[in-house]
Amino acid sequence: MKAALFVPCYVDQLYPQVALATVRVLERFGVTVVFPEEQTCCGQPMANAGFASDAEPLARRFLEVFRGFDAVVCPSGSCTSMVRNHYDAFLAGRPGFDQLKATTYELCEFLVDVLGVKALPGRFPRKVGLHQSCHGLRELRLGSSSERIEPRFGKVEGLLRAIEGLELVQLSRNDECCGFGGTFAVVEEAVSCLMGRDRIADHVKAGAEVVTGTDVSCLMHMDGLARRGGLPLTFRHVAEVLAEALEAAQPAARHGAARAGEAR
Amino acid sequence: MTEGHAERAARFAGDEPRAHWHDQALWFMRAKRDRAAGAVPEWERLRTLASAIKAHTRANLAEYLEAFERNAVARGIQVHWARDADEHNRIVHRILSERGVTRLVKSKSMLTEECHLNPYLEARGIEVVDTDLGERIVQLAGEPPSHIVLPAIHKKKEEIGELFHEKLGTAKGLADPKQLTEAARGHLRERFMAAQAGLTGVNFAIAETGGVVVCTNEGNADMGTSLPPIHVACMGVEKVVPRLEDLGVFLRILARSATGQASTTYTTHFHGPMRGGELHVVIVDNGRSALLADETFREALACIRCGACMNTCPVFRRSGGYSYAWTIPGPIGAVLATARDPVRHGSLAFASSLCGSCDDVCPVKIPLHDQLLARRRDLARRGALPLGKRLGMKLLGWVLRSRLVYELAGRIGRALGRAAPRSLLHGRWNVWARQRELPPLPRESFRDLWRKERGRG
Repeated sequence: MKAALFVPCYVDQLYPQVALATVRVLERFGVTVVFPEEQTCCGQPMANAGFASDAEPLARRFLEVFRGFDAVVCPSGSCTSMVRNHYDAFLAGRPGFDQLKATTYELCEFLVDVLGVKALPGRFPRKVGLHQSCHGLRELRLGSSSERIEPRFGKVEGLLRAIEGLELVQLSRNDECCGFGGTFAVVEEAVSCLMGRDRIADHVKAGAEVVTGTDVSCLMHMDGLARRGGLPLTFRHVAEVLAEALEAAQPAARHGAARAGEAR
Repeated sequence: MTEGHAERAARFAGDEPRAHWHDQALWFMRAKRDRAAGAVPEWERLRTLASAIKAHTRANLAEYLEAFERNAVARGIQVHWARDADEHNRIVHRILSERGVTRLVKSKSMLTEECHLNPYLEARGIEVVDTDLGERIVQLAGEPPSHIVLPAIHKKKEEIGELFHEKLGTAKGLADPKQLTEAARGHLRERFMAAQAGLTGVNFAIAETGGVVVCTNEGNADMGTSLPPIHVACMGVEKVVPRLEDLGVFLRILARSATGQASTTYTTHFHGPMRGGELHVVIVDNGRSALLADETFREALACIRCGACMNTCPVFRRSGGYSYAWTIPGPIGAVLATARDPVRHGSLAFASSLCGSCDDVCPVKIPLHDQLLARRRDLARRGALPLGKRLGMKLLGWVLRSRLVYELAGRIGRALGRAAPRSLLHGRWNVWARQRELPPLPRESFRDLWRKERGRG
C-alpha cells in the first residue's frame, strides 16, 4: 500500500523526529511512504482563528497536492480533522475532494482501521500517560469521549496496550482538554496555562513517566509548562513511542533518516 | 479596546487556589451527571430524539405557540405576548400594579434575569424576593447569578455565612451549610406568607394541553404559587414543546444533565389558575425570532438551560461565570451573547479551546464548539477582529501559499531562534513563553532530512 505523508507545518519545522518516526512506523507495516514536497500547511491556524478567507487558498492548495493518493496519513488528529471536517466550506463539490476526505487518516486510525493492526511486536517498558487530544477524540472519534454514553473504545489506547511492557496509567480526568487550542494558548494565556498545569498534575499523580498523544501541539504546550515548572516528565508523540517499541523488537529495521533525526 | 473575556478570566484564574476550588466544585457536578446519564442505556437515543423534537418545533414554532395560546386560554390562563425585555417588564408590572401587588416572590427564571425584571419592579415600589436559595444568596449580595443552575457556585460557604450574618442576622462565623439553609428557610417562609403574587419561569410549555411545567428542587416555585392567588409565569418562545408525551424525553435528560439527579425534586404542571386566582403566562421574544431566522446559529434555541456545558467546560470552570459578562455564561452563553451583539461580546467566541466537550455533553446536541468557530468566522468577515491579528494571519497565509517562501521562512526563523539568547526568546514580548518554555529548535526540518536521505535514492 502506498500512502502520502501529510506532515503538519509545525511538525515539519519544530519536530522533524515525529515525522521520521511516523515514516518508520508506516514502513515497518509495509506501507510505501511518499512525501509530496509541495505541501506546506492545511490552513487550520487561520481557520480556527476565524480567518476563513486566508485558509481557503491553503485548502485548495492542499487538494492539489494530495489529490489521487490511496491514502493520506498524518501524525496529528487536529490537522486530519481540518481536512475531514472543516474543508467542506472551501472545497465541497471540487473534483477529488470527496475521495481526499474519505482517505485522509490520522496515523493511529490508519494503523487500526486501514491496516488492521492488532498486535505490535515491541517493547516500551515505561509508565505512560495518554493525552487524548480533543479534535482526535471528539471530531475524529479516535476513542469514546467521557461525555458520551456508549461502549468504551480507544484506537490509540488499543495500540499502546498492545505494546509489551508499556503500562498505561489511570488518569482522574480521562479526556480533559490541555488548554492548547491553537491561538487560544496565547489569546487566553492565563486559562490555557492553568488548564495545562492541571493536566500535567493529573499525569504526575497517576505516576506517568512519559506522556504521549496524537498531537504534538498539545504536547508542546504541556512540555513547555512542565519544563518551566522543572517537572521530570517527558513528552513523546505516539509515533515516537510506537517506533521505539517496534525497534526494540527489531533493531535491524532502523532507518538511516531516523538516526539523523534522533541525533539532532 | 474594552476589556474582554481573556482579561476577566485572567483575574479569576490568577487566584489559583480559588480557581481550582471552583473547577472541582463544577467537575463534581459533571461526574454526577456522568453517573446519572450512564445509568440510562438509551441516553444517546434520548439526546437524538430531544434534538429532533426541538428542530421540529422550531420549524413550526408559530403554529405551536398559537396552539399553546388557544389551549391555555381555554383553561382560563391569561396569555400575554412581549416583543422584547422592556415590553415583558411592562406587562409583568401592569399585572402586578393593577392588582395592588407590592410583595412578589420569585422562583428561578433566567428569562427575568435576561430582562432585568427585578430592578424594574423594585424601582416601581414592588419588593421582589428570589426564593431559590442560590438566587436569594446572590440577590442579598447584590450580584447576578454566576451559573444558570448553581447561581451562587462562586461563593464559599464562609462567604455565605458572612453575608447571612450581615443581612439575616445569623451568628457570626456560621458556615455550616445545613444551618445556613435553615436560616434562609426561616427568612423565606415569612416572605412566602406575606407575598401577594408569585412569579416563576417555565421549563416547558405544552402546545397540545396549554399548560406549563416548572422544575425545581427546593419546592419554592410550588410554595410561591400555592400561597398567593396570582401566578405569573414568564417564558421565552423557545420553551414550547408539541405534545405532553414529549415531556417524557426532556424530563429524563434535564435533571440528569443539570445536577445528576434522575429527576428534579418537584416537577409541577400548571394547567390553569388556582380556584379564585389568576394564572398569567408571558411569552417573550427578545431576540429569539432573529436567532430563529439565522441558519447558522438557530440550533442554540434548543437549549433547555441545564448548565451541563458550563460544568464540563474547562474554560468556564477556571474563569468563572462573571468572566462572560452576560446573563448566561459558558459555551451556550457565548453563543447566545454573540448572537445578540456579535461585536460587543466578540471575545466570548474566543473563550474556548474548541475542545468540543460541550457538544458531547449537551442533552439536545447543540453543536456549540462549531457555533463558536462559526462566530469567529463571522467576526472576521465583519472586520471586527484586531488589526494585528488580521495582518498576522494574512502574512502567515501568504507565506504558506508558497513552498519556497515557507521553507525559507522556516529556515530563517529556526536559525534566528537558535542564535538568539534564551532571555530574548523568552522575553515579555512573547506571550507563549510567559509561563512556558519554547521547544528546542532543530537545525533541520523534516523535509531537509527527508531530502537528504531519500533524495539520492
